Amino acid sequence: MRAVCWYGARDVRVARVPDPQILNRKDAIVKVTSTAICGSDLHLFNGVIPTMKPGDVLGHEFMGEVVEAGSGEGAVKRGDRVVVPFAIACGACWYCREGLTSLCDNSNPNAHMAEALYGFSASGLFGYSHLYGGYPGGQAEYVRVPFGDTGPVRVPASLSDAQVLFLSDILPTGYMAAENCRIRAGDVVAVWGSGPVGLLAMKSAYLLGAERVIAIDRWPVRLRLAESGAKAETLNYGETPDVVEELKQRTGGRGPDACIDAAGMEAHGTTVDALYDRAKQVVRLATDRSHALREAIQACRKGGTVSIPGVYGGFLDKFPMGAAFAKGLTLRMGQTHVHRYLRPLLEHIESGRLDASFVVSHRWPLSRAAEAYRMFNDKREDCTKVVLDPTA
Amino acid sequence: MTRNQSSDGRNALRVAGAVGLVTLAGAGYLAVQMASRRHRPAKRRPDMPTLAGGRGAHVERTVTILGSPADLYRIWRDLERLPELMSHLDSVAVRDPVRSRWTARGPAGIRVSWEAEIVADEPDRLIAWRSVGQSQVENAGSVTFTRAPGNRGTEVKVICTYAPPAGQVGSAIATFFRGNPDQEIREDLRRFKQLYEAGEVATSSAVPPRSGALAGSR
Repeated sequence: MRAVCWYGARDVRVARVPDPQILNRKDAIVKVTSTAICGSDLHLFNGVIPTMKPGDVLGHEFMGEVVEAGSGEGAVKRGDRVVVPFAIACGACWYCREGLTSLCDNSNPNAHMAEALYGFSASGLFGYSHLYGGYPGGQAEYVRVPFGDTGPVRVPASLSDAQVLFLSDILPTGYMAAENCRIRAGDVVAVWGSGPVGLLAMKSAYLLGAERVIAIDRWPVRLRLAESGAKAETLNYGETPDVVEELKQRTGGRGPDACIDAAGMEAHGTTVDALYDRAKQVVRLATDRSHALREAIQACRKGGTVSIPGVYGGFLDKFPMGAAFAKGLTLRMGQTHVHRYLRPLLEHIESGRLDASFVVSHRWPLSRAAEAYRMFNDKREDCTKVVLDPTA
Repeated sequence: MTRNQSSDGRNALRVAGAVGLVTLAGAGYLAVQMASRRHRPAKRRPDMPTLAGGRGAHVERTVTILGSPADLYRIWRDLERLPELMSHLDSVAVRDPVRSRWTARGPAGIRVSWEAEIVADEPDRLIAWRSVGQSQVENAGSVTFTRAPGNRGTEVKVICTYAPPAGQVGSAIATFFRGNPDQEIREDLRRFKQLYEAGEVATSSAVPPRSGALAGSR
């Protein structure tokens, strides 16, 4: 089959690889009908996530049709149209029972690697390095889905791929980011990064009762999307030298009640600390750039919450612990527990309360994946989200 | 544990899982060849049987598994099922309630065997063993089952002591023991937990995990 494979920093190609096979009883093989490139795939593209190997199949946002299912009971059946969560979870361990599926104890075959780096291992992920299990991803014609009884959610034929595809990651990720803000009436939520996750966090924040949402970015197309698609106020940090002060002014001197870092470890920035981060990351003195996170911590009101859906992989430099402590902030973060949001969010989609399809800027055949990665990474052609079609 | 623990199809799996650990105990520990076989009953610490003369390297690993101590103990105690899980364990032949004969397979197909004796057996709580008699590896160890707080399951702790094959440098048996018993025990405990909780061992490789056949038989 054809699949999008990683060969090195800024080197992904569509290659021929062996078709996936059923390896465990609960496995399913899914014929992929739509798969998207995630902002976090760009961390892989740029080579800042360790333990990738040449030839690894990328992709963790995908959906399709079950063409083969293992013998396990309760699993999906051949012919089912499903969306698959990016985090792989067994559904049976203590974490899964608690609804913390991205922390599953049993789904990372390379748990020893994660334990060495992080002390413990979280769940396995599709197409996201060997540290997270080495599972081939879904930017391919077919994909093997472990724990078919736990992860895939059946979606009705009445909904299009575009409407439900993002249940796999960015919609629940944006939603959990907003939920982590513990929004109360009157709250102002500021969101760093108007990429797909940021945009969906903005929509979710309103859905959860936020009074105002402020989008912080510098890409005009993204700020326009925040305005038109998510009804957010915008703040262009390229034109506003002091984002913290600006946010203070816009919130009656209080600061946002909650701040969401939807940028993550490769945050852009124009300030001195951002340039410093960039330099250190380039020479591998630091693994993660955290300009957005620093700013979020600095800007957040006293006693507020900083929610971090953006991905971090290693070590941060100049983390403003003093500000976080002095203001009594709550920091909430982590990979999304996709499974617990699937059904509630599917209901929101069916009822029309939540539509994530507005984030898509490009629908291309899978064969153009390499070009798509470059375009998305360089933010050319007003690219916000690329959906690839392996059947085209 | 919230799941049905009754003896149903899951038992095979569980057993298999259990086996893994035990095996480890058996396999990782490998150790030593012979040495003297004067055992000292471990009266003060039934979970810590020792080798003669207090020799041997010591490995200790604990994992919390979402199950009851009674269920996990029962699976573990069924020694003859252990090889279904562990690829490096060929067989366990139970001779009587106390004695069993273990055969393991190492790198390059080297086989070693040892006779084990259960030196402590407290239902739902502890099993301890020690190699005796005609054994090519000398080892002693235990597995204990302790209820974890707040419905978190059972803390399963494996303690193993094994002595290196003195005077066997370069021998087949020395080769057999060149692995990393600590890592083996850790991975076997993980496998046991996965089989017990999830019903299968996670794999991302095209090569099925060692327990694949077993998982498939559930």
